[in-house]
Amino acid sequence: MMRFSTLIRHPADWMTGGQTEHGAVLTSRIRFARNLRGHSFPGWAKREERAETLAVLRPAVEELSAMKDAFSRELGDLTPVQKQVLVERHLISREHAARSEGSAAVIERRQSFSIMINEEDHLRMQAIRSGLRLSEAFESLSSLDSELEAKLDYAFDPTLGYLTTCPTNLGTGLRASAMLHLPGLVLSDQIGPVLQAVAKIGLAVRGLYGEGTESLGNLYQMSNQSTLGESEETIIARLERVIAQVAGHELNARDKLMEDDPQMVADKIGRAYGVLRYAHLIDSKEALNHLSLLRLGGNLGFFSAETVTLCDTLLMDIQQAHLQLHAGIKLSPDHRDTIRAEIMRSRLQSLESPDKHTHNKEETDRFTEGDNPQNE
Amino acid sequence: MNCDYCESKATVFLTQLAEGQMKKVCLCERCAKERGVTDPTGFSLADMLLGKFEKATTGTTFRGKERSVGGAKVCPECGFTIDDLRKVRRFGCGNCYTVFSEELAPMLRGMHKGLSHIGKVPEGLMESHTRHQRLEELRKKLEQAIASESYEIAAGLRDEIQTLDEVS
Repeated sequence: MMRFSTLIRHPADWMTGGQTEHGAVLTSRIRFARNLRGHSFPGWAKREERAETLAVLRPAVEELSAMKDAFSRELGDLTPVQKQVLVERHLISREHAARSEGSAAVIERRQSFSIMINEEDHLRMQAIRSGLRLSEAFESLSSLDSELEAKLDYAFDPTLGYLTTCPTNLGTGLRASAMLHLPGLVLSDQIGPVLQAVAKIGLAVRGLYGEGTESLGNLYQMSNQSTLGESEETIIARLERVIAQVAGHELNARDKLMEDDPQMVADKIGRAYGVLRYAHLIDSKEALNHLSLLRLGGNLGFFSAETVTLCDTLLMDIQQAHLQLHAGIKLSPDHRDTIRAEIMRSRLQSLESPDKHTHNKEETDRFTEGDNPQNE
Repeated sequence: MNCDYCESKATVFLTQLAEGQMKKVCLCERCAKERGVTDPTGFSLADMLLGKFEKATTGTTFRGKERSVGGAKVCPECGFTIDDLRKVRRFGCGNCYTVFSEELAPMLRGMHKGLSHIGKVPEGLMESHTRHQRLEELRKKLEQAIASESYEIAAGLRDEIQTLDEVS
């Protein structure tokens, strides 16, 4: 049985996917909602019935080829901190973390797939990939779904599609979403109109941790709302198109900022570097906002390209439950801020100052140009 | 005008926007008092329209798939009631969608891009799904044919529908 510490020790594959063609898109996620025919939905089922469905579903899920040697636990067997760590990694939902006996989480070793059993629906399965790769995530989740469907009798209606607890998920039961990093649009005050335009075409925009959460660190989640009346391919194609457009706007905004106001950009990135390198007390909001600028610096050549991956890993590691887990004891808020700052300082220790890096970069550019006249 | 609940003369008239639609209720003084209509803070017309009032007007259309307990619609498979649906706006099991199809229709209005499923179908159900879609299509054509008085075409369509129906 895979241990919790083994699962969590390494950052997920999708967290370290590194530089993708769209520096603005961190991750793509696909989620399906599925239920069994002839069983009450989890929220309505009595305790014994929930245990019954769990007994049917859990082995079926564990037998999936992708779930070989996976992490599998009943929620009641996880501590509150462990559950919260899984939420921070986007492997289970906040709603699922609130459950205990009768619900389970099965998570693939590399954290690319996770399946929640007896969440709001009998099955909530998801695939995560780094960058803008919604179709790829969909294909892989769909084949996993087909494998399950051969063993289970899904609640399905020819007109209403996959039947779900909440009618907002009827039809495909599909939620496709991407996490975007949009500091350029925020700094150039264009974020408002862009988000409004996205909302206008029927997509939902949320903060880092989904519904009702604040947008921190210039991170935004965009997802489809309608699940009935359009095929999965149509929904995903639209979302991919819109997200690629938003990412394009973001990259343009960054170029424009560097052209119009390079001092302002350098100042913000330099200050973020200074604070994160030397702070001894830092709350999560401040840390996330500075990390965002550091990441931007990585994209814009102020730091090495690997800095982006470092930021994405830190983004997880400095969250509350991750800190608790790291410390091994219950932490007071002040203590948390101390440990957060400690982690930041130690991870960024070898990160060269942005001035040095840009300076070096200019030097090399000049040197290369002067030295290779035959290149012209 | 008479009260929507009893046969007495209605004296209280209410209009409220519920689920994006104007709804009107007429009540006699006694029924109004009983239902707390006179207390503006504790009354929601939406509740009334989705609940007791609905029961009063749709009670005659109950089909065999449904059973009622004390006059309230209940899912025979999982025991989920119309009151539960009103409270949580969610369903108890897959069968509830058949039982509460009338209540579902207004909920779905404006929620999604469409009203019927397009996309993935569980493999085992694929055949019956395509047959279902074909039947819908044929029935629509049949209606059109009858409307335009093309009875010969209509007869052909009717036969086709019958054959398909027999298979399922």
